[in-house]
Amino acid sequence: MEIFGLLADGFATSLSPLNLMIVILGVTAGLFIGAMPGLGSVNGVAIVLPLTFIVPPSSAIILLAAIYYGAMYGGAISSILLGIPGASTAVATTFDGRPMARQGKAGLALIAAAVASFVGGTISVVLFTLFAVPLADLALAFGPAEEFALVLMAFTTFVGLGGDDVLKTIVMICLGLVLSTVGLDLISGQPRLIFGDLPGFYSGISFLVLAIGVYGVGEILYTIETSRTSPSVTPAKLSFRALGEGLREMNKLWKTMSFGSVMGFFVGMLPAAGATPAALMSYGMAKTFSKKPETFGRGNIEGVAAPETANNAASTGSLLPMLTLGIPGSPTTALLLGGMVMWGLVPGPMLFIEQPDFVWGLISSLYTANVAAVLINIALIPLFVWALRMPFTVLCALVLVLCIVGGYAPSQKLHDVWLIALFGIGGYLLRKDDYPLAPLVLALVLGPLMETSFRQALISSQGNVFTFVERPLSGLFMALAALFFVLPLLKLLRQRKSKPPAVAE
Amino acid sequence: MLAADRIIALALMGLSLYFMWHATVLPIGWTDGSGPGGGAFPFWLSAVMLLASGGILLRSILAHPHEGEKFFPDADAIPQVAGVAGLLIATIAATHVVGAYVALMAFMVIYLRLFGRHGWGLIGILTLATPVFLFFFFEVTLKILLPKGITEPLFIPLYAKFF
Repeated sequence: MEIFGLLADGFATSLSPLNLMIVILGVTAGLFIGAMPGLGSVNGVAIVLPLTFIVPPSSAIILLAAIYYGAMYGGAISSILLGIPGASTAVATTFDGRPMARQGKAGLALIAAAVASFVGGTISVVLFTLFAVPLADLALAFGPAEEFALVLMAFTTFVGLGGDDVLKTIVMICLGLVLSTVGLDLISGQPRLIFGDLPGFYSGISFLVLAIGVYGVGEILYTIETSRTSPSVTPAKLSFRALGEGLREMNKLWKTMSFGSVMGFFVGMLPAAGATPAALMSYGMAKTFSKKPETFGRGNIEGVAAPETANNAASTGSLLPMLTLGIPGSPTTALLLGGMVMWGLVPGPMLFIEQPDFVWGLISSLYTANVAAVLINIALIPLFVWALRMPFTVLCALVLVLCIVGGYAPSQKLHDVWLIALFGIGGYLLRKDDYPLAPLVLALVLGPLMETSFRQALISSQGNVFTFVERPLSGLFMALAALFFVLPLLKLLRQRKSKPPAVAE
Repeated sequence: MLAADRIIALALMGLSLYFMWHATVLPIGWTDGSGPGGGAFPFWLSAVMLLASGGILLRSILAHPHEGEKFFPDADAIPQVAGVAGLLIATIAATHVVGAYVALMAFMVIYLRLFGRHGWGLIGILTLATPVFLFFFFEVTLKILLPKGITEPLFIPLYAKFF
């Protein structure tokens, strides 16, 4: 098996002292970020990205992936101890995690969450390893037409499956795409949308500026509003007995955990879905198939295990299309993609051919990150209980300082810092009015690819628009995109049909 | 919420028109044999944005207001959110003049005192430790110089020592 050889080579990279240290550092940082109410993987990656200039590019990506993993584990901590999800991905964990903590079983719930995250993470990384090469091989046959159709399909999943307001989703996708066109036209090289010749706009709007604005400043403003009263931290005692009991309990839940992992992985691959719906679906499934569904919501350990396996599996799943196709499966992976492009490691099938050391080093580091995360998570539980008592205003001040300095550092322009403040305040207002922000960030990252592939495909077909539907793969993606796009309309029609005509009041 | 919905939709419509106006600098039409011109992508996407936000506006006008409709939910948080946003803007503006270090230290003191109501001990530690960390991380290790404004001369002895 060729994969095993490649993976073994990868471990040679990821187990080097520097990378091992980076994984441990990243996972620990991620656990803390994830545990803080309001901050999740996407906020952590956005805020920390400018700090990763300190290590070589390939290690920087491993660091970010480790933070991503750590934050997925950490989200459960505040769900259980505070009853507030550390990130939206851990919402479903509060359903049974909080009641368990109230019953004095916080330690057991934390162990269950950590072990479940480990199982979900590991099963999904194995799936990732198996699917990566075939998918990258398939993507090698992609031309500009296929690339355009694929990006279009990724956006239409937000419209069809995202669950947010359709019109607001469309506005956000278009806004992101328009912002991505600021700067120099990629084909003719002429400046456009530079708003009265402002020099700062010539180099375009960096994904990092939007991400720090929306997920750093915007998130802090949002959290200031939602966490005006300080929540109470439930104490968690941890003993080896609880650990043993936790492992025995988890041993009975293999069916739930393996199902949650596989489902989470595939749901995570879709750009519009991801860890939050995967966790909710897994919770719902576990409850439906349980012999005692009435115990769910009252402190059933299965209700902690099911969402935690699925959200970790989904985070791995969302890495797969990012690395193999160059299409991120979640906002966090969109930031990883942006970071990789910034460092000259362009994701996509060619990366597997040109940079196999890096690709397999990254994949193998996901295995080590999982092991590190579960160990550090369980070992540091007392520290998390202490850290959650940190006043929110201190965290807030430090994050805002990092947003300002981190936004300035990459291109050293105060222009970017102003944009961060603008995007932060704008993003906060849009979020309050229920505009989804994930499509905005994804659109800004994918915009240049979408436009160049569209125009290249047309140039090579001498302006023939049918090139997008005549090529088989591209045609298939376009058909799926059309289907996703009309899905909300079909749903609406079905609702109208099934609803009896309204009686006049 | 409907009123806020309308204001935001109107603002987005204005933004779309502004983008469309700027996009017309490059050709927005179809060039025979090579597809759309350089301005087409931003222009037509802004047009879609205009239509969609127009749709949101229209929908909110047609919708009946709910019982107990509020302009903006959680209105009691507005002073605090607006205060932090204003402080952030003031900090960035001050960075142009007095540099990042002084501006960020002032930001931390004001924020931690006014919004966090922390004691002077904690404020002192955080306000002094943060710039030291920033200096060693960004300037010494990464060689990224932060803006210093009029405080630049104060840093010359430090440059001499660490570079």
